[in-house]
Amino acid sequence: MTVREEKAYSSTPLQPIMRQGTDWSLVILKVQRIIGRILLYAVLASGAVLFAIPLVWMVSTSLKPDGLVNNMPIVWIPPEIQWHNYVDAWNTSVPPFTTFYANTIFITVMNIIGLLVSSSLVAFGFARIRFWGRDGIFLLMIATMMLPKQVTFIPIYLFWAKIGLVNTFWPLIIPEWLTNGYNVFLLRQFFMSISTELDDAARIDGAGWFTIYSRILIPLTKPAIGVIAIQAFAWNWNNYFDPLIYLNEPSKLTVAVALRLFQTQQSAHIPETMAMTVVALIPVLLVFYIAQARFIQGIVISGVKG
Amino acid sequence: MATQISVRPASSAGPTRKSSQRRRDNIAGFLFISPWIIQFVFLISAAMIVSLGISFGETDLFNGYKFVGLANYVRMWHDELFWKSLRVTAYYTFVLVPAGIVISLGIALLMNQKVKFVGLWRTLYYLPSVVQGVAVALLWGYVLNPRFGLLNAGLKVIGIQGPKWLFSETWAVPSFIIMGLWGAGGAMLLYLAGLQGIPTPLYEAAEIDGANSWNRFIHITIPMLTPTIYFNLLLNIIGSFQVFTSAQIMTDGGPNNATLTQVLYLYHMGFVNFQFGYASALAWALFVIIMVFTVLVMRSGNSWVHYEGDLKK
Repeated sequence: MTVREEKAYSSTPLQPIMRQGTDWSLVILKVQRIIGRILLYAVLASGAVLFAIPLVWMVSTSLKPDGLVNNMPIVWIPPEIQWHNYVDAWNTSVPPFTTFYANTIFITVMNIIGLLVSSSLVAFGFARIRFWGRDGIFLLMIATMMLPKQVTFIPIYLFWAKIGLVNTFWPLIIPEWLTNGYNVFLLRQFFMSISTELDDAARIDGAGWFTIYSRILIPLTKPAIGVIAIQAFAWNWNNYFDPLIYLNEPSKLTVAVALRLFQTQQSAHIPETMAMTVVALIPVLLVFYIAQARFIQGIVISGVKG
Repeated sequence: MATQISVRPASSAGPTRKSSQRRRDNIAGFLFISPWIIQFVFLISAAMIVSLGISFGETDLFNGYKFVGLANYVRMWHDELFWKSLRVTAYYTFVLVPAGIVISLGIALLMNQKVKFVGLWRTLYYLPSVVQGVAVALLWGYVLNPRFGLLNAGLKVIGIQGPKWLFSETWAVPSFIIMGLWGAGGAMLLYLAGLQGIPTPLYEAAEIDGANSWNRFIHITIPMLTPTIYFNLLLNIIGSFQVFTSAQIMTDGGPNNATLTQVLYLYHMGFVNFQFGYASALAWALFVIIMVFTVLVMRSGNSWVHYEGDLKK
């Protein structure tokens, strides 16, 4: 609202009058506006401190010796920064975190590829090809998005257990290769925003549907596909429930589950646990940082559509 | 598609050509959506039928299956813990979701005031919502520690003796709500986008009509944002009812089941006690509960969600 007020009071031809220094009501308005601005920044800044401070505390704790964690008042910058907490924690876990990272990276990369390939194919089918029952099937897909996964995961778990694939990565990977409704829906929206005239032109030149998909639509929707890749990365990296259920051998664990295990085993060493927490968050933060512009834009686009 | 066919010189070949094209499109369409069809047949339909079947029986994965009819559902009806988990989950959801909307909308409104360093503010508020899952649960486990945790240290500075948070039956669920609100920055981005999409002429017209800033907020900003609020409300209610990771890691349902959420109870029954029959019945109950609330919110939407350019009946 202040935006509008600014417009009303500062960008009007009234300003020259004020320069003559006669109109006190305008001066009062100006003072009010400055006070408003100061309040605004004060609220924004204190909110930002509240939001950021747990992360600062996490990094600070990860660099402390064990003895300083309980210290009151909080020691924000430890006198001797304990970088070795990171190395110690990384290697004290059995197997070391390198294994968990390799596992998580493997699963995450496989799932991103699978999800992108399958969702874009399915979304293309729904967005571009007119086939029997298409709209009904699409509605069905939207309806299944409301189904909580708890309803189906017990039979799915029993199925993987029966064919002996529990404690392998397959139960975590194969379902992702079969798409999910949310990503199909999002990609379909993007595909539909591209004119079908391109398809028609390509078809006159004798192109089949797959050529139109791979040569026209995919290159044109790269930013949207990037957004989905990033969301898939964050989701897979943070996923806790499925690895918790399917993986039980220590050497197979993902970072999320291993981190939890590490914390229960090392409950006396809070700095080490915080160090591994920081390390677990770094990939997500890094991807967020690199893709910030696109990521935020993408959410904004999908948000408006929703 | 029809225009495209008529453009073709060969379209004069008549209906045979047209119908063969249609047949090929049918085949191509199903080939393209086949990943979802496979998922629908196996991971959704078949799994739902089996899940329903399991909920009418007893099975622990190793010793076969015994049909028990509605026994699991009767047991649930008399199970004090089931009702407790429903109360805990509803308490969590119906405080966190509205509070989250108010906070994220508030931040978005502040940031929409032509402030400087928007990028910095946006990052600071948005960052916590990016880091989710186990890492956050571990971090907050320590932040909420009554003895040396950050939260009580902060409260002490302003002269308040903080409660025991996760160790107190009264304060355990509020602890989770505070932690959930920390992630409110994610929705803030959506509101910010919504705010920036409100056409300026609307405000200018209202100003000419003499509306003050409060009136403009109530009669323009809020109505124009209702589609975004509605979208968030629905997604967040569905998501909050399925809360699991934080409850499992930080309290595992304690103290005295004060944080036993529905999915956590279901997990205990299925994957700790191996009572898959009862766990499946709990899953169906959760599904029905989520459906009821989703339908209620959707119904209510007709009366308060404002769609610009929508012809209201």
